[in-house]
Amino acid sequence: MSVKVSIPSAFRRHTENADQYVCAATNLNTLLDALGSRFPELKPHLRDDQGNVRRFLNIYVNDEDIRFLGKDYTFKDGDEITLVPSIAGG
Amino acid sequence: MSTSLRYELRCRECQTAWGNQPISFCQNCFAPLEVVYDWELIRKEISKDEIARRPPNLWRYKELLPLPDAYDSSLPAGFTPLAKAAKLGDALRSRSLYLKNDAVCFPTLSFKDRVVAVALTQARYFGFEVVSCSSTGNLANAVAAQAARAGFRACIFIPADLEPAKVLGTQVYGAQIVRIDGNYDHVNRLCSQIADKHRWGFVNVNLRPYYAEGSKTVGYEIAEQLGWRLPDNVVVPMAGGSLITKIHKAFKELIGLGFVEEKQVKFFGAQATGCSPISVAVKNGRNEIEPQKPQTIARSLAIGNPADGFYAARTILGSGGWAEDSSDPEIVDGMTLLAETEGIFTETAGGVTVAAARKLFAQGRIRPDETTVLCITGNGLKTTDALAGRFAVAEPIPPKLAAFEQYLENEFASASSASKGASR
Repeated sequence: MSVKVSIPSAFRRHTENADQYVCAATNLNTLLDALGSRFPELKPHLRDDQGNVRRFLNIYVNDEDIRFLGKDYTFKDGDEITLVPSIAGG
Repeated sequence: MSTSLRYELRCRECQTAWGNQPISFCQNCFAPLEVVYDWELIRKEISKDEIARRPPNLWRYKELLPLPDAYDSSLPAGFTPLAKAAKLGDALRSRSLYLKNDAVCFPTLSFKDRVVAVALTQARYFGFEVVSCSSTGNLANAVAAQAARAGFRACIFIPADLEPAKVLGTQVYGAQIVRIDGNYDHVNRLCSQIADKHRWGFVNVNLRPYYAEGSKTVGYEIAEQLGWRLPDNVVVPMAGGSLITKIHKAFKELIGLGFVEEKQVKFFGAQATGCSPISVAVKNGRNEIEPQKPQTIARSLAIGNPADGFYAARTILGSGGWAEDSSDPEIVDGMTLLAETEGIFTETAGGVTVAAARKLFAQGRIRPDETTVLCITGNGLKTTDALAGRFAVAEPIPPKLAAFEQYLENEFASASSASKGASR
């Protein structure tokens, strides 16, 4: 099984310009681990010092904010994950 | 700050300076950006007397806004009435109540005319040809109208279920409208992705730090219209949470300039119960926001993942204020109470504010003798569907005096039997 992560342009200087990343992560925790080990420069932008997802990082699974799915939500094969730094609007 | 810059963008968290460019978040730590100013320079250039000599619109505060060296200031947006509200005050038990009435803001009857006016000066400066936004309606109207006047192409993204008047009030200006099958938070997330890819001037995405500064003019005007004095309390509706933080910023700037006496103004936030992520956080004594799925008739406030929720909650709690929320029936009651007491027809968001204020007075969180300003941010003619079925449609009568006399008799008879019934 695999999931596809879309990487916004602001993150790409930490990802060798990769705009997508496919991995076998099964939940949010393993996804952040996988992203952090594949792209070490991105790692400090994903979690804070306490290990929590950074306040201004928004994560969506197939258009749904992951906070509605629960942090232990188990990804399904083919899930599309979108990272949005600092949601705007209003 | 470099000496050539009157203002520039700075990260709200790591404080990195980013000069002036169309970006909304820190490229290092991804936190939101804020406009900061060279106050030493500004202090030399502006005085209360100078402001008083200028035309009554938001450009009178030009030194306090992030405007390019050359910009078009011919649109007289802002400087809406601050009206004493004695009758509403009686109803809420306030002896010093004021309404900041952006229901009559020019040109599209909401406070969004302010933020768009500022954003479009920067859109022009950065050379955008297309301006855009994600909107719950009022912003759509403001962007569409001002883009038409200024000669931008406008492409507006809205949730598919928006009030018909707000959709029409966007299309009439010739704007392209894209209806999204989802709620505002879906629209907003999509716009972040589009702004990442297309070179468009999204007023509330990549131009957002500049745009949001336009809201400060609500605060400047309140202070000026009170005779360069700060109120004790302000009650502000909250969607993304930006307005309340910007009124706070405006008051702080005026204190810093010595234009008003220092005062700890209490900030009170108002949300709909069906979309209350910020008021829930405040009631729990927290700044951290848990997103919600909006379910309210106050669609202009229906943002479940508010961009400035964290900062709004922090502003409220830091000021000694509070937040309240209003159910759908309370929102409608708030709209009619404001109309019946003050002759002001506000949209659902204004109903939220009035209903929340009513609770805050009843709870004793706002005291009767304090000067309190309610921010009315939008016009009731845009959300008439919220009042559908509220009023009976009278049967027509023939155009004859006798028919009218009969009508009067019937009306009085039913009114007097109703009052007899009530007295029994």
